[in-house]
Amino acid sequence: MSVEALPAEIAEVAPAARRPGTLRIVLRNPSVLIGATIVAFLAIVGVVAPWLGTIDPAEINPVFRNKKPGVERTIRGDDGKETAFVHRFGTDSLGRDVYSRVVYGARVSLIIGVTVAVLSVAVGLTIGLIAGYIRWLDGIIMRVMDGLMAIPAILLAMGVVSLSRAGLLAVVIAIVIPEIPRVVRLVRAIVLSIREEPYVEAAITVGTPTPLLLVRHVLPNTIAPLIVQGTFICGSAILIEAILSFLGIGIPPETPTWGNIMAEGRSLFRIHPHNIFYPGVCLAFAVLAINMLGDGLRDTLDPRFAKRV
Amino acid sequence: MADASPVLAINGLTVRLPRGSDRPHAVEDLTFSVGAGEIVCVVGESGSGKSVTAQTVMGLLPRELSIGAGEIRLEGEDVAKATPARLRDLRGTRMAMIFQEPMTALNPVMTLGDQIAEVLEIHTDLSEADRRQRVLQVMRSVHLPEPERLIDVYPHQISGGQRQRIMIAAALVLDPALLIADEPTTALDVTTQAQILKLIRELQERRGTGVLFITHDFGVVADIAHRVVVMQSGRVVEIGARDEILRRPQSPYTRMLISSVPSLKPPVRTPNAGVVALATERLSKTYGGRSLIFRSGRVVRAAENVDIVVRRGETVGIVGESGSGKTTVARCIARLIEPTSGVIRIGDVDVARLPESRLRAHRKHVQIVFQDPYRSLNPRRTVGASIIEGPVNFGMREDEARSRARELMRLVGLGPEVLSRYPHQFSGGQRQRIAIARALAMEPQVLIADEPVSALDVSVQAQVLKLLDSVRQRFDLAVLFITHDLRVAAQVCDRIAVMQQGLVVEEGPTADVFRAPRHPYTRALFEAAPGRLAEFGAPADAA
Repeated sequence: MSVEALPAEIAEVAPAARRPGTLRIVLRNPSVLIGATIVAFLAIVGVVAPWLGTIDPAEINPVFRNKKPGVERTIRGDDGKETAFVHRFGTDSLGRDVYSRVVYGARVSLIIGVTVAVLSVAVGLTIGLIAGYIRWLDGIIMRVMDGLMAIPAILLAMGVVSLSRAGLLAVVIAIVIPEIPRVVRLVRAIVLSIREEPYVEAAITVGTPTPLLLVRHVLPNTIAPLIVQGTFICGSAILIEAILSFLGIGIPPETPTWGNIMAEGRSLFRIHPHNIFYPGVCLAFAVLAINMLGDGLRDTLDPRFAKRV
Repeated sequence: MADASPVLAINGLTVRLPRGSDRPHAVEDLTFSVGAGEIVCVVGESGSGKSVTAQTVMGLLPRELSIGAGEIRLEGEDVAKATPARLRDLRGTRMAMIFQEPMTALNPVMTLGDQIAEVLEIHTDLSEADRRQRVLQVMRSVHLPEPERLIDVYPHQISGGQRQRIMIAAALVLDPALLIADEPTTALDVTTQAQILKLIRELQERRGTGVLFITHDFGVVADIAHRVVVMQSGRVVEIGARDEILRRPQSPYTRMLISSVPSLKPPVRTPNAGVVALATERLSKTYGGRSLIFRSGRVVRAAENVDIVVRRGETVGIVGESGSGKTTVARCIARLIEPTSGVIRIGDVDVARLPESRLRAHRKHVQIVFQDPYRSLNPRRTVGASIIEGPVNFGMREDEARSRARELMRLVGLGPEVLSRYPHQFSGGQRQRIAIARALAMEPQVLIADEPVSALDVSVQAQVLKLLDSVRQRFDLAVLFITHDLRVAAQVCDRIAVMQQGLVVEEGPTADVFRAPRHPYTRALFEAAPGRLAEFGAPADAA
């Protein structure tokens, strides 16, 4: 017994509509464009720092302490030649070149921002998927997360840094830990709503093993919100690193970071404001640009905010 | 029947769709009228422009749509050209609207009385005490029990049917000349629907209101309409008195629609004596109750002592209203939820208590087709990937699974080339075909169809039912068919079980149950079936 042929018009399938790619839609958003441009600029500055007319940012010069921006001095090279060098942003109280330190500082800030974002999203995603899908673990995991969230982030970071030697890794871990619960909550909420979707239940009835089910059917739904969340985490991580360095519990002071430069300039702030001004402006722009990028991504990627036609 | 001065006269109305839509106009050259004391039903399938018509009259068109041409005269005044301020004046006083979803049409943080009184507050200068009197009066007129108590409660405390009564009360409190009802009973159970339809008819007769009633259900049309406007793709196909349209439809489209409505008379069927594929014994599912930390809360018995037997090649229907437990039974059998007690025998194995690791081997025997074809396929995966997922899980080679998927696509009436497409490129009916193909790819013994045609238009519904029937025969499937629609059940099922509040109250061969229902609830259910006294066109089984 064969199935009778169905009317042709019913079986006719709409032609494959070419929808513009996600990347193009995202780039049409002005705040994504502006934010991404500034972030890209800072990233390039960080990468090509040695060729931007900088000198060794850790080089101390007791003669040239606390100079105003624009002061000129001569540098004797290894071969004995003398070249003129302008301290564009002035020097700090140890005679280090603030311009070079700010430019190199972009490296540390962006590395910390991106590393923290990637790590906390990766860890949070894993924990969130487990908490959202395995019911009996949910209560336990979420109470631990609630506990983590109850500790102020800066305090937790101070604790972690003081337990280990101060350094890039310690700072990254210190910032990642308080960010994880936020990601976990986000992922768990998405998983809880997606697991009720009939297509997930259909996958269960065709015998898809749970790990594959999570990766194949649940995980893709979390990517867009996580890109958005990751951007905001990146912005706040840069800020927290600056705060920790400013408090003197972050990256060792000889490493140029925007927080360290500001911490160094704090005592002479009234007389030599340039020491705080330049890194402060960079920090503000970087965080603003990243948050703009995040806002724009949320508007375009998050279905709750995306404009429907 | 339209008298000299109709309440509503729509003349040559055209509503433009935004550029890039599948057609230039949502509604094109629409002309009809609604007289005082007349109920005009606008019938059509999804995308026919019936809701846009209602929105245009109320001045509630979404921003992307605009009126291209024509006039809408409400008691002689052209509302198509009215200012927003004038429209606000007219809404509530001269025309009012009730919506499909009484859940969302009421504000959850306002008391019922306040929501009705709001209309009075805006349009009249009655004192607060007078307003309360008027509200109580209108609540009484829509037969709400204990209006003095209900006036101060919140929407979540009352049932869906009562909410719809509140919506009607709020719409009618100022005695509008025109009431627009956009699928007002679609979200309600049949018994509630029958009451609401009766109420609308009664109020309309008493007050002489003109009613523009939008629906897709010909049963409702048969019960309530004076005149019928049939729409297709934004155009009027046919206008006429109810009996003319239902008995002697002129246009082929109307004829097709009406012949697609399943008959309430079950065809004669021979009893099936095949092998038992699925049997449940005292299957129960209880929510709440036992909890480790909290004292036992409210216990909900979603399903209690359900005994169901489905033989190979047989379709057994579970019929019931929302909350009756019919979907709970289906989900227990598919082991999407864990039954609290009882036995589920698939073949000779009891799967009710199997742990997930041992259950997997049995999952392939039971497949399910879900209600909502828009959510049952993963939007990010191609149709092909969705269909081969199951067989590959059970160790079939991918190319083998693919060639089988191609065969299945042909079987369900779609070309094999659609395997590389994504679900959003298909219509609801096509997606349901794909979902059926996915279930068949597992070569199951039992197919659970959980309201498989409820989300589909009536013409598509008929095709999907036909497809389900032919695959049942071809693969000798045992089909468990969950539905709230008695018409569908009458046509599809060999036997039916009627569920109410978790219990099977009646069970037997479909023809017997329909001819002589024994349980009072079954009788009430049949009496509430819309259009049960009208017989449409030819018998539905066109075979």
